[in-house]
Parts: sequence; C-alpha cells; structure tokens
Amino acid sequence: MRLDADEREFMCSGHAACPGCGAVIALRIFTKAMGENTILVIPASCTGVIVGVYPQSVMRIPVVHAPMPAGASVASGLRAALDMRGDTDTTVVAWAGDGGTFDIGFQALSGAVERNEDFIYVCYDNEAYMNTGIQCSSSTPYGAWTTTTPGQDWKRLRKKNIVEALVAHRIPYVATANIAFPEDLVRKVKKAKSIKGSKFLHIFASCPPGWRIPSEISVKTARMAVQANIFPLYEVEDGVRYTINYKGKQRPVQDYFEVQGRFSHLTAEDFEQIQKMVEEDWELLQRKAGDQAADACIQSSSAKRAIKPNKVF
Amino acid sequence: MKQVLEGNSAVAEAVRLARVQVISAYPITPQSHIVEVLSDYCATGKMDARYLRVESEHSCLASLVGAACGGVRTFTATSSAGLAYMHEMLHWTAGSRLPIVMAEVNRALGAPWNIWSDQTDSLSQRDTGWIQLYCEDGQEVFDTTLQAFRLAEWVNLPVMVVMEGFLLSHTYEPVDIPEQEEVDRFLPPYNPAFKVDTKNPFTVNSIAPPSIYMEIRHDNAVAMDQVPERFDDVEKEFEVLFNRRYGAVEAINCDDAEIILVTSGTITSTARLLLEDLRDRGEKVALLKMKMFRPFPVELVCRALKSAKKVAVIDRNFSSGAGGIFLQEVRAALCNRQDRPLVFGYVVGLGGRDVTKAVLEEIYKATKDGDVPSDKSVWIGLREVKHAIGR
Repeated sequence: MRLDADEREFMCSGHAACPGCGAVIALRIFTKAMGENTILVIPASCTGVIVGVYPQSVMRIPVVHAPMPAGASVASGLRAALDMRGDTDTTVVAWAGDGGTFDIGFQALSGAVERNEDFIYVCYDNEAYMNTGIQCSSSTPYGAWTTTTPGQDWKRLRKKNIVEALVAHRIPYVATANIAFPEDLVRKVKKAKSIKGSKFLHIFASCPPGWRIPSEISVKTARMAVQANIFPLYEVEDGVRYTINYKGKQRPVQDYFEVQGRFSHLTAEDFEQIQKMVEEDWELLQRKAGDQAADACIQSSSAKRAIKPNKVF
Repeated sequence: MKQVLEGNSAVAEAVRLARVQVISAYPITPQSHIVEVLSDYCATGKMDARYLRVESEHSCLASLVGAACGGVRTFTATSSAGLAYMHEMLHWTAGSRLPIVMAEVNRALGAPWNIWSDQTDSLSQRDTGWIQLYCEDGQEVFDTTLQAFRLAEWVNLPVMVVMEGFLLSHTYEPVDIPEQEEVDRFLPPYNPAFKVDTKNPFTVNSIAPPSIYMEIRHDNAVAMDQVPERFDDVEKEFEVLFNRRYGAVEAINCDDAEIILVTSGTITSTARLLLEDLRDRGEKVALLKMKMFRPFPVELVCRALKSAKKVAVIDRNFSSGAGGIFLQEVRAALCNRQDRPLVFGYVVGLGGRDVTKAVLEEIYKATKDGDVPSDKSVWIGLREVKHAIGR
C-alpha cells in the first residue's frame, strides 16, 4: 500500500524515541503529507527530545523549539514574520503534546485560534505527561493509572474534550486522526494545508511505556481506540459541519482496556460504566453529524472506504 | 521637528521610525498608550507592520520570539505584572540571542494593587540576560528606543528601554522627532545572519546537554560584556546625526566631590536641581546618573566614584531581605577597589510616592552626617501608621 504523500522522508533515522512510539509514526506521516515547505514549532514535549539533541537533528525541515506554553504563540509570530517577508508558500505548524495543548498551552492556543492565525496546530495525544514520567494531564482518560493517579487513586474524571473546545472557537477546520489510519491522516493533513486560517489536528498516538503495552501492539492499540468509539475519527468544518469518518468494525471498550497495563486495576463494573460513558459521547457525536443530512453521509462513507486498516503500519 | 508628546507617544514615534515589522502586545496601565498608538499606525498604514493582539504577555513575547526567529524587526511594551508574566520568555529571548526591543514602563508589583511608578518590576528581571537602559525624560525615551534597535541588532541581545510610569509615560514634553530619512541613515534595515527558512533548514534551540550548555551561556556573557563599548559606538553614530548623547552613566561634578548621589530615571532630574543649590552653598556634592543597569557598567561606576568619600545610592525599588537594588550593585562594583568610598543606601518613592527635592536634601544631610552606613537601605519618608500591622 502506498500513501498519497511525498516519496521523501523528512524525518531521518536515529531519533531518540522509545520503540513503538506513536508520536514518531504520527510525525513521520504528517511531514510526508506536508512536504518540504513546512516549519515545525515544537514546545516542550517528547518530540522536543525525539527530534535530536544539539548538534544533531533528525528533521530535514526547519524546527523551532519553544517553551511549553508557547507553541501557538511562537507559531503566530513566525507566521507574521513570513508574511512580512512575503513568504506565502511555507506552512507554519505547531506540534505539541497533550500537556502542551490541553493544559499549559491552552491559553495561547485559544488566543491564536481566536485570531484565526493561519497555521496548523497538531496535538499528538498520548494521554499523559510522558516525557516527564507518565504524570496525569487533563487528556488522561477516565480509569487510567499514571504516576500522579497511582493505585486506587486512578483518574475518576473525564478526559477533556479538546476537539469540542476548538470547535467552539468556530475555526475553519478541526479533525481527529489516528496513527493506525494513515490514509485518513494524510487526507486530513492535505485538507488542513489547503485551508486558510487556523486548523487543529488531534492525532491519537500510543505510548508503549506510558500505557504499559508491548511496543509491537502500539498501532493495534491505537486502532482499537477508534473501533471502540473511544477516539472517533471525525472532522468539523467552520465549527458546524460534522463528518464522522469511521463507522467500520466496532468493539466493546473492554477489548481496548484489557491490553493496557494502565487500566489493569479496572473491574467489570468499571468497564460497564465506561462503556456507558463512551456510548453517550458517541451518540452525542452522531447527533451532531446526523444533523448534517445527505452530503455528510456520502463523505463519511467514502472516507470509510479509504481508511481500512492496512498492513504497512 | 519638535513636538509636545506624551512619553508613551515618544516611544511609539521611535518604533514607527525604526520601521518595526512585527508588534505584539497586551494592554496594561501605564503602558497601554504606546500600543494603542502603534495599533492605529498599523491599521491606517502609517506603518508597514503586523500587529498581533495576543491574549497575554507570555504569548506576547513568545510570538515575538517566533517573529524574530523569522528574521524581522520586533517590538513590544509592557509593565509590572505583564513583565513578570513574561519572565520565562525573557530568559528564552536572551538565550536565543534575539534582538527584540521592549519598552518597560515601571509600575509597582502587587499585592496590593498599585499602578504607579516603582522600578522593582524591571530590576527583578536583572538575571534574564536583557540589556536594561533607564531613561530620564521624553527625549531620552525617544532617543534610547531608536538606539536600542541598533544596539540589540549589533550584539544580538534583547534590550529593555525602561521609563517610569506616569512620571514619564503620561507626561507631555517637547521631543525632537527627526525625519524618516535621518533615522534610516542611523538604523539600516534588519538583515540577520540567521533566519528560519525552508530553503536552508536548521533547528533553533534544540536540547543542549551539559557538554555544550556552558559554552552557549558563555557566548551570552561575551556578548553582554561588549555592550558598554558597543553602546558608546552607537551613541557616537547617533550624536553625529542628532547631536545628542547620554552615556551609559553620566557623571556630573564627580571629580572633586566628597559626596556623590547615585540616581536613575526621573529622580535624576530632581537631583540636578538639588545639586545646583548645594553647589551654590559650597557643598562638595556630585551626581552619578545610572542609565545602563544591565550590563552593570562596573568600570564606569568605579571611575566616577573613585574620588568620593561617601556615596548615597537612591533606589525607587526594593529587594526584600537585601535592600535597594542599585545599592547592591554599586557596593558589589566597589568591593574590590582600594580606597573605596562608604556606600549609603536609601529607599524612596515606592509605589509612586513623590520624591521631591526636600526628600533628596534629607538624604544628602543624612549621608553627610552619617559615620558608618547601615548594612540595609534606609527608608525615607515613612509615615506613622496608626492601625495594627501583623507581626
């Protein structure tokens, strides 16, 4: 299977990620879809380390490292400078983790997208502060163990719905994507690149050490999150037009939880409750998408055909 | 041409004439007039610049870091809590060697709330790696802002142009504003050696391990150490075109004085008047105005103070547990010199309280009559407070 993306690699081997790292898979596919006229702004995150320690870099495109709260704001300024230089070919991308997006970077992100800054903001989401040692973030899901939600004090709060928060800003394009669905990811990256204004991509990226999974099931685990409707694939245009991109094989949430050590403390009753929460969320999303009538259905069914899980990844 | 301008407007005029390309700002009293004027200039086409209306000061300086990495001339203005909120980005800017220029309008820090003049906000950022230049009047504010761009781009370090809230920011004075062509002769277009560009990909600020972090910091130190000399060069160029110069420090009558008052900012103007009176009465008194605080111009300070018996450092700022901040720096500068003067320290005018000629004369008398300086700064003009203060 071939991706509809640049033949060239913009991320070289020799990076500093753990085996099976979802962030690296996401970044590799993302940069291939973007092409060479791309500048990455990377606030403090696993990726900030992965892309290389001075004087080495694994990236073939420019990278600007930024303080943790400053992904969206540094990207805003860089865009302004390129505009003043008359460079309209280059796309500025902020590439942040969930901590740098849901938590400490949220204010700058909200400000930047309210100004409808012309950039792509990517949150690759591994659902905790993985770089600092698996601490709980507001993206950590209900039920999860982390080093700051230890033992019986596991997280009993919902994951923040970052997509809806961005949708509420009525920006031109918000989409979720997943490392296990590379064609869908590539299509969304290209779509984001073609739109003026603020674009937000939320990419689900598994973390073997943080999720307590073997590295070889990293992609499979990410895929199960979509199949269990825990991380639905969908996109929202102009804050109103919802399109669900995956309505294929479905699984109970238990399948997804059982393979991960971070959920090993959960009981049958917990699974039942989580299944109910997920179904509520899924129905709500379907209602939002269902209101859109015929064209959305056509788009979602064609998208569904395009994103069958494949064997390459 | 001379115009009667508010201090804040003098800054804005300098920024316009400097052809700044990206401005980012968040409102805070008493700075807001600067960016109101600049946003108007951007909106009406008087400036060819992008104005970023950010949601906080942290994002303000972060966005300028992004813009300066992109190779354009940048400016912002802030005060007090806004500067404190930028703290992380202040370090980041200097570490990135970006020549960002900021107008810092001194205002007291809370709690309790107070919007009036007090230098503790800028001085508490002394270790962030920014050059700091303190101004005395509207003309100096204008001139220093222009000079700041030239200096910053020469040494690749950010510059804070510091002026007191209301006393300078909201005071109208005649300011000589040159023509654009004259300013263009002084300040060439910004063309940095490095700018982020997809045609020449490189990484900015990747992790620097212990094997290289010290060398990178040492480069900052070397750049900072050049600043007194480079500033002198900038002033020479400026003087040729505009016939004005200030000096990193200004020593007035210091050669034959027994007591030297050390001041910064607007207190200097009041001290100049006192100096005339006291000299008329035959007092052997002098004045040292501190314009440059970072880098601290040790050599210039020691040279100016070397013949004095006593020095009185007057601080409109305070570091709790250590005293006036200029006092600490002056003492540290002198400590290894032979025959150093006694150094007295006074805290005045915090939170915008007036510092009159009478207050300065009281300081002069206390210094003249004092035998041994207190280790701490002496607080001048404290009122008797009748209500209970928690102990």
